[in-house]
Amino acid sequence: MAIAQPGLWKRHEFFERNSILLLIGILIVVAIGGLIEIVPLFYLKSTIEAVEGVRPYTPLELAGRNVYVREGCYLCHSQMVRPMRDEVERYGHFSLAAESLYDHPFQWGSKRTGPDLARVGGKYSDAWHREHLKDPRAVVPGSIMPAYPFLDRPLDAEAIAGDLTANARLGVPYSRDMILRADSDLTAQLDPDGADAGFAQRYPGAVAHAPGEKGRPTELDALVAYLQVLGTMVDFKLYDDRSNLR
Amino acid sequence: MTEGEAGLCAAFGLGALLCLVASAKAVDPAYGFHAGLFSLAAVAGIVAILRRYAARDPEPVPQEIGGKPNYNLGPIKVAAVASMGWGIAGFLVGCIIAFQLWAPALNLGLEYTTFGRLRPLHTSAVIFAFGGNVLIATSLYVVQRTCRARLAGDLAPWFVVLGYNLFIVVAGTGYLMGVTQSKEYAEPEWYADLWLTIVWVVYLAVFLATLAKRREPHIFVANWFYLAFIVTIAMLHVVNNLALPVSVFGSKSYPIFSGVQDALVQWWYGHNAVGFFLTAGFLAIMYYFIPKRAERPVYSYRLSIIHFWALIFMYIWAGPHHLHYTALPDWAQTLGMTFSIMLWMPSWGGMINGLMTLSGAWDKLRTDPILRLMVVSLAFYGMATFEGPMMSIKAVNALSHYTDWTIGHVHSGALGWVAYVSFGALYCLVPWLWNRREVYSLRLVEWHFWVSTLGIVLYITAMWVAGIMQGLMWRAYNDFGFLEYSFVETVEAMRPYYLVRALGGVLFLIGALIMAYNLAMTILGREANAPNPAPAAPGALVPAA
Repeated sequence: MAIAQPGLWKRHEFFERNSILLLIGILIVVAIGGLIEIVPLFYLKSTIEAVEGVRPYTPLELAGRNVYVREGCYLCHSQMVRPMRDEVERYGHFSLAAESLYDHPFQWGSKRTGPDLARVGGKYSDAWHREHLKDPRAVVPGSIMPAYPFLDRPLDAEAIAGDLTANARLGVPYSRDMILRADSDLTAQLDPDGADAGFAQRYPGAVAHAPGEKGRPTELDALVAYLQVLGTMVDFKLYDDRSNLR
Repeated sequence: MTEGEAGLCAAFGLGALLCLVASAKAVDPAYGFHAGLFSLAAVAGIVAILRRYAARDPEPVPQEIGGKPNYNLGPIKVAAVASMGWGIAGFLVGCIIAFQLWAPALNLGLEYTTFGRLRPLHTSAVIFAFGGNVLIATSLYVVQRTCRARLAGDLAPWFVVLGYNLFIVVAGTGYLMGVTQSKEYAEPEWYADLWLTIVWVVYLAVFLATLAKRREPHIFVANWFYLAFIVTIAMLHVVNNLALPVSVFGSKSYPIFSGVQDALVQWWYGHNAVGFFLTAGFLAIMYYFIPKRAERPVYSYRLSIIHFWALIFMYIWAGPHHLHYTALPDWAQTLGMTFSIMLWMPSWGGMINGLMTLSGAWDKLRTDPILRLMVVSLAFYGMATFEGPMMSIKAVNALSHYTDWTIGHVHSGALGWVAYVSFGALYCLVPWLWNRREVYSLRLVEWHFWVSTLGIVLYITAMWVAGIMQGLMWRAYNDFGFLEYSFVETVEAMRPYYLVRALGGVLFLIGALIMAYNLAMTILGREANAPNPAPAAPGALVPAA
């Protein structure tokens, strides 16, 4: 390799003879692409559409989302409907960037071993979801999804206020009030009679769910609450596709 | 005792204490377990340093013996053995999850054995545990030989190898317990990420310091690729894993980015884990081991310069092709697609440089199954790096994305390219490290080659057919203008292909077991090959006879 090279090729010795210059050269070359592609996403206003209705998750939904992440659901289910005729007909309106605005981390996924879940909210009943999660083949005989009977155990959500706080620090608009009331809001969503007016104001449009058992929120309750809110925050009867052409 | 030994003992002592406190205050059991594990590892580190101190010469290890560099091979041996062990574990878990897709009862209804928890275990075990140990072993070997200098640092190389494997254990056990931040190929939580960052910085320091000690005026081309791999992985790892823990005594954290920005940061990381971990690092292996084994010089110096800079520049842009037709802005998707297509050229530059290195030595493919493994790996590399740019075209991606075609594509690269070039390198490296003339049995290498090649062919053809079928079924319309198939019908149609894929995986695993046996016998000093180095009769060379 060390054969004398004529002309321009010889200039490459600059890097080959000095490890630190080689290191700096590599760093500069590999930094460019990421800077140009990623940085504008933080300041270009067109990146995230202007829409109504997207709100932070309720404490119960957030706890359910954490179960979704923990179990690796994203490995088989995408949450990103692409703007193609078959997908829009199969799943619903194509996904907007605004709909995952408060998703730390995003759950768009990369594989559809199972169907897309971006708009699964409201399509099936809570009871269907419970049955399906505990034993998928009881309701969908051809399913190859793992059974999750173990999710029917108490939800460990003592520290849910801490989760809201962490999200708030990262820019999710959880108010002080929401964080203070996180524990009671979590159970309130499972108590159709007990949800006070304040809860509906803090989380507009949040749907109350019947718990599997009274007074003891389970992981299943939380996961169902999360699945039922997916894709329901934006009202697409009112949304104008052309307002956000980009 | 040297300053390094005393300092590291003190650091480990402090670390053990802090981890013990963290373990006691843990808010979730997984965190408690991992903090305890870190504490134990730190104590084991202190014991190991003290035992080494008691046994070693008071004089520092000589840099040269009789005018020749005194190469440091101990940590490399450990990484080489670890890579083989992790490889088998990773292939095995891959087979298990492949069968789970065929027969979901194999998930067993237990939380620890569901597909969702085992899949990251599989990907991390093969990419980071198997591939990572191969990269560490070969890079620490190649940098010494091509610099004609002993590895820099006394304890540092050991820290890199053992610390990296501790990271693997923490990550893997974490997945089983549900500790994940759900970013593909970056699943480990914040504390494991912090530990890996420390290990990686030491790795970079050892590598750079060895380059600085070199007795050769020029830095060999393999080392450019290793350096690009180490530095870029550091950058990607740190940025993609920026997260805020809910509690310093708990495993859960929230990534600082959200939604669309998080998606692009993740795939900027994810695609360059492919580009720099699985490509640049293994191209470095190619640039050292193929010329060595073929006993020919690297084909073109100029081509290596051009394709090196072009490859590392263009790869970084390719991430958005994982997000075609998503809510990522179109301009970013188009930019990602453009660079992905251009990337075809530098990728093939590397393949051509490797293949043409065999000029004048092509006959060795008939007689040397180890060289054949590495050359076939380049063929798979060429195939995967053609398929990749093709799949990054938006019109093609509209069909292929979310389907098993992607899985097939990944495995033609992972099994055919990464694993094969690694196998070839390990078959070369193990006899060199343990000072053996050759591997225990070349005949077993033949068996390994043919069994695993058959496995790869079954795997990728099954996934091509299945993936394209799946994509077409999703978009099929009947005569009345309705979607032809419900989703579950498309799932049911996949079943036979999932079985063929799983059987292909089993063949690949069997090949790896043959290899492990072969390497173990090599290390034990056995020799099954005829001692006669003269060319054997052609009839004797029929593979797997």
